[in-house]
Amino acid sequence: MSAVPGLIGATLSLGTPLVIAAAGEVIAERAGVIDIGLEGTMLASAFAGFYVSEVTGNPWLGILGGIAAALALFFVAAHLILRQAADQVVVGTGINLFSLGVTGWLFVVLVGKTGKLASVPTIPKTAGALALNPLMIAAVVFVFSSWFLLKKTRWGLAARAAGEAPFAAEAAGYSVIRLRFQAMLYAAFLAGIAGAYLSLAQTSSFAENMTEGRGFVVIAAVTFGRWTSVGSALACLLISFAYGVKYLTLSLGLAIPSQLFDALPYLLALAVLAAAGRGGIAPASLAVPYRPK
Amino acid sequence: MKTWLIVPLGLLAILVLTLFAFQLPVGESLKLLFEGAFADKYGVHRTILKSVPLILIALGIVVAWRAGVFNIGGEGQLLVGVSAGAAVAHIFAGQGWFFQVFILVVCMLAAGAYAGIAAWLYAARGVNVVISTILLNFVAIYLVNYLVRGPLQEPTKAIPQTATLAPAAMFPVLDRQTGLHAGIFVVPIAALLVWLWIQKSPSGFRLRLVGQNPNAARAARIPVTRVSVMALVWSGALCGLAGGIEYLGVSGYLFDKFSPGWGFLGIPVALLGGLNPFGVVLSGLYFGALFAGSRNLEAFGSASSSLVFAMQGAAVLGFVALSEYVRARSIRGAA
Repeated sequence: MSAVPGLIGATLSLGTPLVIAAAGEVIAERAGVIDIGLEGTMLASAFAGFYVSEVTGNPWLGILGGIAAALALFFVAAHLILRQAADQVVVGTGINLFSLGVTGWLFVVLVGKTGKLASVPTIPKTAGALALNPLMIAAVVFVFSSWFLLKKTRWGLAARAAGEAPFAAEAAGYSVIRLRFQAMLYAAFLAGIAGAYLSLAQTSSFAENMTEGRGFVVIAAVTFGRWTSVGSALACLLISFAYGVKYLTLSLGLAIPSQLFDALPYLLALAVLAAAGRGGIAPASLAVPYRPK
Repeated sequence: MKTWLIVPLGLLAILVLTLFAFQLPVGESLKLLFEGAFADKYGVHRTILKSVPLILIALGIVVAWRAGVFNIGGEGQLLVGVSAGAAVAHIFAGQGWFFQVFILVVCMLAAGAYAGIAAWLYAARGVNVVISTILLNFVAIYLVNYLVRGPLQEPTKAIPQTATLAPAAMFPVLDRQTGLHAGIFVVPIAALLVWLWIQKSPSGFRLRLVGQNPNAARAARIPVTRVSVMALVWSGALCGLAGGIEYLGVSGYLFDKFSPGWGFLGIPVALLGGLNPFGVVLSGLYFGALFAGSRNLEAFGSASSSLVFAMQGAAVLGFVALSEYVRARSIRGAA
């Protein structure tokens, strides 16, 4: 049973970026903004984290670089979604395509297709199969802070109102635009950390399109987690377990097509969505553009 | 300034800005891009061939998005369609136009059915179409990855791809030097049919109403869910058609990177075409020309191949900003 610590370690390590991103996404969605561009944001942050760590030799500065990249995309998305009341899905799709193209290009230009895999300084982790790292603790803190923000603060109540009945929130004296802006800012901050984690903790390098749909998996997990902080985090761990199983079967050399395990997290996310359904629980004004009267 | 001028000028501005950001000599790059796409027969044919899958996917996107269904799963639908088409093509090993139409129908049916999974999840379980179609893309990519190494691999089992079709099984070639094939004529026919359906038929009117105002549609006793499901399935079928044309016209076999992201690239093409079937043909030709011409830029370094992708994203965001600007202006003008 020597595989068990490895599987737990893989689940935690692969689940951490999902949990961190979901802790942010849950706030944005409760405030009424679905961040379809999460995938592209995480990808941009993964690259920025990788590059800053390579240049400075300090992975923690790399994390800051990832946050900076996420914030840059956030300002574009926030302007279009909030100021111009553009469709959130269209804007997010644009962010994703843009990020995919730009990171692919920057990687070739700055790192070069030398064939040599660039390896950068990474976040320290404990020895052994579990391989814990400090960002895992941060993930727990972020889940707690999201829960606290949403459920225990006046701001959280107002933000949830902005996602359920924005005109009522506005009538109560809140600025829906400002609440959604703050929620998106928080989500972008966490997406930046999550993205940088991919290149600085989960691996030590960057690859084109290395997020491989994780941003969308996070959005699926938030739905399955019924738009609660803790529920979303648990859903993320369930899906990261599926990612972990893939690595486990590779090492065991089972006679099952490996592509089945590659597809497993996505199939699981689909099954989870089908099981959860939308119900009446989704924020009533999720993804509805808000135009102040 | 005339509104119709904004889009081409905006696209040119985005192209120049992207070239500038890529640190390429702007004037010379534009000249090379133009030459690569239009200067001679080779360029023109290359532009047409590159734009065929883009236009067909974009037509699929138009059908879904006009109904308010954000299908992002064109890539997966295309791949599943071609997989089914390739499987059937090798079972029957026929030739001639009847065989080709049959394969195209198989591609459309399989892709439509694949989109139907997302449609069912939406209709029965209320699952967001954006997320389900994206997740299904990944499943399809790994499915192809498995098929070309397993059941559909070519007989010698040396390369991860299917066996190549006999020339007689593929579309007739119009120009031996450039590889232009008869399948390109499907594009104008498809665009015309989609236009007639969306703009001129009662069914298309219901589809647009559902997309613009589902509550009004419901009040008018239009079965909103059924219309959405139908739009998504037809959208998938068109994406499958795009794959089938490419399979029977250009490659003749299926492999891992069969689609260089057409399913995603079709979205900006559809948006820039104003979600209008004929507009889509124009914007598809534009991006096809960019693909064809960007070959010439490779003299400046391998990075320029990502140029088209970066431009696509910039174009979508620019388009969003632009269309909101135009709308705001027209609202002010009306007031």
